Amino acid sequence: MRSEPMVVTPQSLRPDLAAVAELIPNDVKVLDLGCGDGELLAYLIHHKHIRGRGIELSEQGVLTCVRRGLSVRQGNLNEGLADYPDGSFDYVVLSQTLPFLSDARRNLLEMLRVGQRAVVSFPNWGYWRCRLELLLSGRMPEPPGLPQPWYEAPRWQAFTVTDFARFCRLIDVRVVEAIYLANGHRIHVRRAKNLLTTTAIFALESL
Amino acid sequence: MERTEQQIEQKSVGVVEPAFFTFAEDEPFCLESGAQLGPITIAYETYGRLNADRTNAILICHALSGSGHAAGYHDPADRKPGWWDECIGPGKAFDTDRFFVICSNVIGSCYGSTGPASINPTTGLPYGLTFPVVTVGDMVRAQEKLIDHLGIAQLLCVAGGSMGGMQVLEWAAHHPQRVKSAIPLATTAHHSPMLIAFSEVGRQAIYADPNWNNGNYYDNGKRPDAGLAVARMVGHITYLSEMSMHQKFGRRLQQLEKYGYEFDTEFEIESYLKYNGNNFTRRFDANSYLYVTKAMDYFDLAQRTGSLAAAFADAEAVKFLVVSFTSDWLYPSYHSKEVVTALTAVGCDVTYLDIQSAWGHDAFLLEVDTMTRLLGSFLDRLVREEAVDLPLADSDEVEQRTLRGQNGHVDPALAERLRSAAELMA
Repeated sequence: MRSEPMVVTPQSLRPDLAAVAELIPNDVKVLDLGCGDGELLAYLIHHKHIRGRGIELSEQGVLTCVRRGLSVRQGNLNEGLADYPDGSFDYVVLSQTLPFLSDARRNLLEMLRVGQRAVVSFPNWGYWRCRLELLLSGRMPEPPGLPQPWYEAPRWQAFTVTDFARFCRLIDVRVVEAIYLANGHRIHVRRAKNLLTTTAIFALESL
Repeated sequence: MERTEQQIEQKSVGVVEPAFFTFAEDEPFCLESGAQLGPITIAYETYGRLNADRTNAILICHALSGSGHAAGYHDPADRKPGWWDECIGPGKAFDTDRFFVICSNVIGSCYGSTGPASINPTTGLPYGLTFPVVTVGDMVRAQEKLIDHLGIAQLLCVAGGSMGGMQVLEWAAHHPQRVKSAIPLATTAHHSPMLIAFSEVGRQAIYADPNWNNGNYYDNGKRPDAGLAVARMVGHITYLSEMSMHQKFGRRLQQLEKYGYEFDTEFEIESYLKYNGNNFTRRFDANSYLYVTKAMDYFDLAQRTGSLAAAFADAEAVKFLVVSFTSDWLYPSYHSKEVVTALTAVGCDVTYLDIQSAWGHDAFLLEVDTMTRLLGSFLDRLVREEAVDLPLADSDEVEQRTLRGQNGHVDPALAERLRSAAELMA
């Protein structure tokens, strides 16, 4: 029954999670929503000495997290977040889940109630290949980096980097930092981010 | 047939001997009800070895009909091992190579601890209904006396399912400084009206048995077996799920090809209940059934504080692993989620899993693989985070054997002396 903690090295971390990790400083308190098998939390605890908690829906995910030595609650996002008092965490993370939320506004505001900052990553349908696909084939492009047909559960809803930035202004949320990835590689451009980005990672704060 | 890896792993703690600890001999023990009781004897067993700094002790709490015999065999010829043998032993979830595991029989029960069948020293007769009503809180405070006696300042973990889980929650809420972690399984922080209703049906079955005779049956040889058997049958129904009954019995008939159109035991489920009901009367005391179910009915952690979160206010440093089972309708998942919500509000470190299972309430004893993975990983983490030393193999063994007297008691004073002696020699 003895198991060594499964260590995550910077090299083995998924690129979008590595970008999320980059936005999180050392020694803070982090809540990871939909933490999956705990890859990000394990990395942050090991390399950034954070205090971490996770919420995960799947039994397998929770079992793997516990095996990694993480403290994780099974549950969905809504019931999970509601239990935490205001400002319980420095950072609340939501990786690649935004397009699947039925009430993104409520969830985002809840994240910023529970945490000082929220870090979200999401696929960008504004990416030029997505635009081209819709234009040329007339078919709705699948989310970049998350291949899943539109009809499968959970259902995604398409939006772009520009949409999201506008949405943040609308709900009085400030984008503090942003990282843009194109197929796993970080891009540094001043313009045309929406056109070149496949996955965006934003750190957010309440105004 | 070749044995599977799992079967090889299933090692036993072997033959174990129950031990007894008696307290409240001079000063009676004050119960939650205001009544006093003494002397009180607690029957218990221990498996594995204490480490040098006594930080590897785990207390296992048993359910309604359980005993202190949680693992191993009393006699090599025993057909069945202790009630949680699948999770306690070398290499198992509660790994006795690493942990000192303690399990004691609750007060009010009938497996060696003081209860209604015990002799009242002032009258020389069995207590019967003159035995005071005990609560889960009383059971836990009695366990605390045992832990004191064993010289353990803080338990690494306290774990148990069902009524055992209530004791776990009681430990965490009211004795948080004595536990580093808590594993409540398939349990609740308050006995619901439905649970009280089932308890009452069981008790009514016992009252209705003329042999019960207001609890005075110990000397006349006529025990209220019929009543106790019905109580147990009701209990058994609540431990299963509709799906598990379908799977286990269906509508199958016992020894018959077609319906007999009579009132003999026909269906397999009837025969199962009858067998278990009768079997139970051979191993359990009807009065104890009344007392232990009553203790469960009184259990309501939030009663004193008004809210459950307030009840756990002092348990902030305790690490929790809360587990429920999807098909458990007796202690449904939302009872566990209530506990998780309260613990989260307090800021406790809490891990929660609702395990997919078809086995109803019994799942906490049956889902061995998932439980072994989950509990094992959680305990691994505790060992790392709390820097728990392993018990030393040879020198410790000598010490443990010396420490244990004829009745299995470990004398803390003697332990201390031997330990300093061992340190001097080292």
